[in-house]
Parts: sequence; C-alpha cells; structure tokens
Amino acid sequence: MSLDLGFGADGFGVRDAITAVLVLLSALMCFAAGVGLVRFPDVLSRLHAATKPQILGLIAIVADVAVTNPSVGTVTLAVAIVFFQGLTAPASAHMAGRAAYRTGHFLSDTLLVDEFARVERPADGPDLDTPGGDSTDAADAPDSTDSTAELGDESDAPADDLEKR
Amino acid sequence: MIIVIAIAGLLMAVGAIGAIWRIIKGPSALDRIIASDVLVATVMCALGAEMAVNRHTDTLPVMLGLALFGIVGSVSVARFLSSRDDT
Repeated sequence: MSLDLGFGADGFGVRDAITAVLVLLSALMCFAAGVGLVRFPDVLSRLHAATKPQILGLIAIVADVAVTNPSVGTVTLAVAIVFFQGLTAPASAHMAGRAAYRTGHFLSDTLLVDEFARVERPADGPDLDTPGGDSTDAADAPDSTDSTAELGDESDAPADDLEKR
Repeated sequence: MIIVIAIAGLLMAVGAIGAIWRIIKGPSALDRIIASDVLVATVMCALGAEMAVNRHTDTLPVMLGLALFGIVGSVSVARFLSSRDDT
C-alpha cells in the first residue's frame, strides 16, 4: 500500500535520515519536559515545560510515521492525532492553570503582570494582593508582610468565592 | 541507526523518569496531573518512535485513543480541585 519513493531500501537512506532527525527531536522534547518538571519552581512554569512533548514532540513523531509509511490511512490517522491532541491539550492545560491560580499554587514573584488579581483572588493562597491595586504593583509586592497584614479582611473572602462559583 | 535509537531511548527514559519523580514528589495534586500528562505524551512519542523505526503503523490507533482520552483525567481532577483544595 505504501508508495515507493525511491528511498534507500538498505543502508542509511534519506528516509532513515528523516526518521533519525525527527525521532531525536521528539526525544529531545521529552527530555526537556522531564528536566523542566524537575527543575521549575511552581505549577505554572511546570505547565510551560509540559507542553513541549505534548504538541511539538507529537507533531514530529507523527510526521515521522506519516513519512515512513505514506499511505492514505496513515496520513489521515496522523492528521486526526495531531488535531485531537491540539484540541485537548490546551483545554486540560487551561483547566490545570486555572485551578493552580485559584488554589494559590504559584509564585507571584515570578509573574510580570497579574491581570487576574483585580478580578478574582486566590481562595486561601499565601499571597493575597490588594484587589484594586495596579497590576505592576501587585507583581512585585512583598508577600510575607501582606499576607500577615491582610488577615483581617481574609475572613469574608471564602464566602465571596463560594458565591462566585 | 542503532546509535540514534539508543540516544532517543535514553532521552525519553530520562524525561519519563523526571515525570515519575514529579508524580512521586510533587507538592500538590496539580503537579502530579501535569506530570502524568507529560508521562502520557512521552509514551505516545515512544510508541510513534517505535513505529517509525520499525516501519509499521500498528499502534497508530492507540496514539489516537490516548490523544482523545488523555484529557479526561486531568480536566476532572483540575475541575474538582479548584472548588475544594485538599493538598
């Protein structure tokens, strides 16, 4: 069923070279994701590292399979795999990132702009910024003093959040 | 070609071990579900690399199933974690 494109049937032909490059690219993406998961400090930056093998590594490896077996069924399945992975991976990453923000599992020191802070505050996170403050001020505010100083008005925050959900 | 397979297998194994280490060590449940997504993506890449090296397409429907249903676990955990935090 597969087309004979005249690649080298034996030895190290063009198809083997394409296979080697794309497999090594995908393996490098998997390695980068593992190192990023171990090394990065909080949930949002680990989410950044996690997207590398999910999209780019998978596109490389599926293109590799489609190149080594160029038939209609293989290319259709390859396009379907990339399409559905590109549809589902951002949705799950979005849900994980939103849950990470709401439960306060992020370091607000690493954020340059926190535009979400004036809309919605984390439920019981360690870093509560003033809701009316400027976004650039909210980014570099010291956290330890603020969280102890704002313990007084933290009491009405959970009821407010329960109504919002 | 055997050198390429060895290097790719080593890199994928190190990535999978990093994801498993984060699943074991992770301070919150969100770290664990992100690491399990990375582990699923690494398994998909390994299946595809095996197909590309051996030149067959037998496990391509497995990759389609993983791409379709890999969302279910992480979305459900993240959805119910945002309303109640147990970690």
